[in-house]
Amino acid sequence: MVSQREVLTGKHLMQGDVACAEGAIAAGCKFFAGYPITPATEIAERMARRMIEVNGMFVQMEDELASMAAIIGASWAGAKAMTATSGPGFSLMQENIGLAVMTETPCVVVNVMRGAPSTGQPTEGAQQDVMQSKWGSHGDYSIIALAPASVQEMFDLTIECFNLAETYRAPTFLLADGFTGHLWERVVIPSPEEIKIVERKKPVVSPDKYMPFKPDEDLVPPMACFGEGYCVHVTGLTHDELGYPKTTDPKVQHKLVNRLCEKMRKNANRIVRTYESMLEDAEVAVIAYGIPSRASLNAVKKARESGIKAGLLRLVTVWPFPEKQIEELATRVNAIVVPEMNCGQIVREVERVAKETPVHLLSKIGGELHSPSEIFEAIRRAAGI
Amino acid sequence: MTVIQEFEKHPLAKYLRAERFPHIWCEGCGDGIILHCFVKALDDLAVDIDKFVVVSGIGCIGRAAGYVKCDSFHTTHGRPIALATGIKLANPKLTVAVLSGDGDLFAIGGNHFIHAARRNVDLTVICSNNFNYGMTGGQSGPTTPLDSYTTTTPYGNIEHPFNLVHLAAAAGSVYVARWTVLHVRRLAESIKKALRKKGFKFIEVISPCPEIYGRRNKLGKAIDIMKLYRQISEIRHGYDPAKAEITREKIVVGEFIDIEKPTYGELLQKQFIKIQQKLSEG
Amino acid sequence: MSASRLLTPVVKRKKLADVEWNVIEDFCKGCSFCIEFCPVDALEESDRLNAKGVHPPKLKSEDACIGCGLCETLCPDFAIYLEKKEGKGDKE
Repeated sequence: MVSQREVLTGKHLMQGDVACAEGAIAAGCKFFAGYPITPATEIAERMARRMIEVNGMFVQMEDELASMAAIIGASWAGAKAMTATSGPGFSLMQENIGLAVMTETPCVVVNVMRGAPSTGQPTEGAQQDVMQSKWGSHGDYSIIALAPASVQEMFDLTIECFNLAETYRAPTFLLADGFTGHLWERVVIPSPEEIKIVERKKPVVSPDKYMPFKPDEDLVPPMACFGEGYCVHVTGLTHDELGYPKTTDPKVQHKLVNRLCEKMRKNANRIVRTYESMLEDAEVAVIAYGIPSRASLNAVKKARESGIKAGLLRLVTVWPFPEKQIEELATRVNAIVVPEMNCGQIVREVERVAKETPVHLLSKIGGELHSPSEIFEAIRRAAGI
Repeated sequence: MTVIQEFEKHPLAKYLRAERFPHIWCEGCGDGIILHCFVKALDDLAVDIDKFVVVSGIGCIGRAAGYVKCDSFHTTHGRPIALATGIKLANPKLTVAVLSGDGDLFAIGGNHFIHAARRNVDLTVICSNNFNYGMTGGQSGPTTPLDSYTTTTPYGNIEHPFNLVHLAAAAGSVYVARWTVLHVRRLAESIKKALRKKGFKFIEVISPCPEIYGRRNKLGKAIDIMKLYRQISEIRHGYDPAKAEITREKIVVGEFIDIEKPTYGELLQKQFIKIQQKLSEG
Repeated sequence: MSASRLLTPVVKRKKLADVEWNVIEDFCKGCSFCIEFCPVDALEESDRLNAKGVHPPKLKSEDACIGCGLCETLCPDFAIYLEKKEGKGDKE
C-alpha cells in the first residue's frame, strides 16, 4: 500500500513528463537513475525533487549507459526502478536493455521520442524509435511497449508499465513523444486504493532448491533479489536455469532465447490493450498509436459526418504487436490508414498482419502533428471517394 | 571421493561455488590468486555473505563473480561500476565489491570509474591489471606499456598507458593501493581494509598473463614473471600515486591514499532527514 | 628494501602451526609458485602426473612444512589447503 505522499490524489493541471514521474511514484518506483535530455528532462527533475520525499532514490548518472545499468542493479537490489530519456540516450541504453532482457530484470524505460536520426530535432516530438524499441539491442528477444496519447495516460500507462515489467520480468517501455511529454492537460489522480499495483513474483522454495531462471507455467521465473539469502548469480551470458554460463551448448541457448521471445507471445492476450471507436460497421479503419490517435478520432468522426463508414483502432500496446486484433479487423474492412510520425514503421507490421487488405501510410515528420483534415483526406482516398 | 568433495574440505570453499571448479583461468594466471585473496578477506572479516554482492564486468577476471558463493552479477562490458552503483544505492544494507580488469574498468568503463570515485559511492573496486585484453587473445589496452607487443600493436605500442592509482586518486578515491599477486598477505590485508572502510576504494593488482601478454613480450613463464615481481617491486606506503611508476625495472606498490570523506550515501541520508523533518512540520 | 623479505615475515624454520598439508592434485595446473616461494623450501614436484598432465607438488618430508600458509594463498587454482591438526598448538 502506498501513502498519501506517494499518490497526489486529486485533479491537477500537469505537464506530461511530470505526470509520468507521478505515475511512477504511484506505482511504487523507489529508484530513478537518469541523464538530462530534451524533451525528457522534466521527468528527471521531478524525480529529483520527489524521490527523497517518498523514501526513494534519485541519482543523476554520467550517461545513459550508466543510467540503464544502475536501474538494473537497483531492480536486483529489490527496488522498482525507472529511467527516462529520448532518442540519443535510448540508443546508448540499448546495450543494457539487452542485458535487462537476458537477465529478466523488471524495469521501466521512458522514451520521450524526438525528431531523429542522431541529434535531430531535440524540441520536436516524433515516433521514430518504435522499431528501435523492439529491435534496438542485438539478438532475438521480446519486450513490452505502451504508447500514451494524453497527459492522463502519461500517468496511467507509467503505472501499467511498472505492473507489466514486474509481472513479466522484462524491460518495459513507455513510448511517449515530445508533444505529449511537454503538453499540459488535466490529470485526475485516483486514491491509492483505486490504483492497482503489481509486485514481482517471489520464490516459494528454500534457497537450496531455488533455480533462479526456471520458469513457471507462465514462462516467468520467480525472482529472488540480492540480500534475500538466495545466493543468485546473474549473467548476460547464455545461462542455464541455475543461472550459470553455458555458452557452447546449443540446447541451452535454444531453450533460453526461445522462452524470452515466447514469454510475450504466450501472454500477449493478457498484455495487449487496444481501444476501438466506431469500428462495428467500418469500411475504412484508422490504426493509430500515441498522439496521432487524437487527430485520428476527429478525422473518423468527420468521415462519419460525410457518410464514410470509418472507425479507429488505437493501439495502447505497441509491443507485443496486437496481431490478433488487427488480423481480425483486416478481414472486416476494405482499407486501413496508418498515420504515424515517422517514415513508416508500425505500418510494416500492419501490412504483414493485414495481408490482402490495402494499407495506406500517412507519414508525418518534422515537428508538426497530423491535422484531422489530413487524416480525413487519407480516409477519403482509402475509401475510393 | 570426487575432486569437488575434496575441494569442499578447502577452508575457503564455503565462499565459492565449488561445483563450478576448477576455474577457467590459464596456468599461472594471477586472477585465481586475486580471487583467493578476496575470499580470504571475506573469511577473515566474517562478512555476512547473504548481504554481500560481487559485481564483475567482461574479461578473464569477469568470471570471478560466477565463482563467489554470494549474490553476484556478471554485467556487460565496462558497466560493473554503474550497475554496482544501482545495487548499493537501492539497498545500502548490501556491501558491494567490483572485481574486474584494466580494459573493462578503464577503457570501455573509464567514465563510470571516474564518476563513481567522484561521487564517493561506497564500493570496493579491485582491478586485475594484466596489461592487455587476455580473453580476446591479447590486444593492447589502456595500461599496455609503451613499446609492448600485442596483437593490435604488432610493431610495438605507441600509446602512453594510464597510471591507474594516479587516476583513481585524482578522481577522488578515499583508498588507493597497488600490489602484485605475489604480495598475497598484503593484498588480502588491503582488501580487508578497503571492505571495512566507507567510500570509493580502489586496489590495483598487477597480475601475470603468461599465456598471452607474457608470451608475446618474451617475459618467460608465469614463474619467471612472479620472480620479476619479487625482484623489482618496491613497497612505498604513502607515496605520491602520480610518481608510483610501473616500468620494466620497477613496480612501486603499497598503500598510497587513505583519507576520510563523506560518502554519497551519508550525504544523502543527511539530506533525507532534513527533508523528512520539513515535510512532517508541514 | 628487498621485496622478497617483505613477501612473508617467515624466515626461520620455526613451526607456526601444526598442520596437515593437502593438495587437490587434479586442480594443479603446474605453475610451481608454491615450490618457488615456500619460505622454507618444503615443496617439490611429485612424480605423479595428474589429469591435466602436470606434476602436482608434494612435501619433501613430513615435518618440512611450518604451516605459514603462503602456498595456500599463492596457489591460483585453490589446489593447496592446510588443515589444523586437532588438539595441537595454534598459530603463534
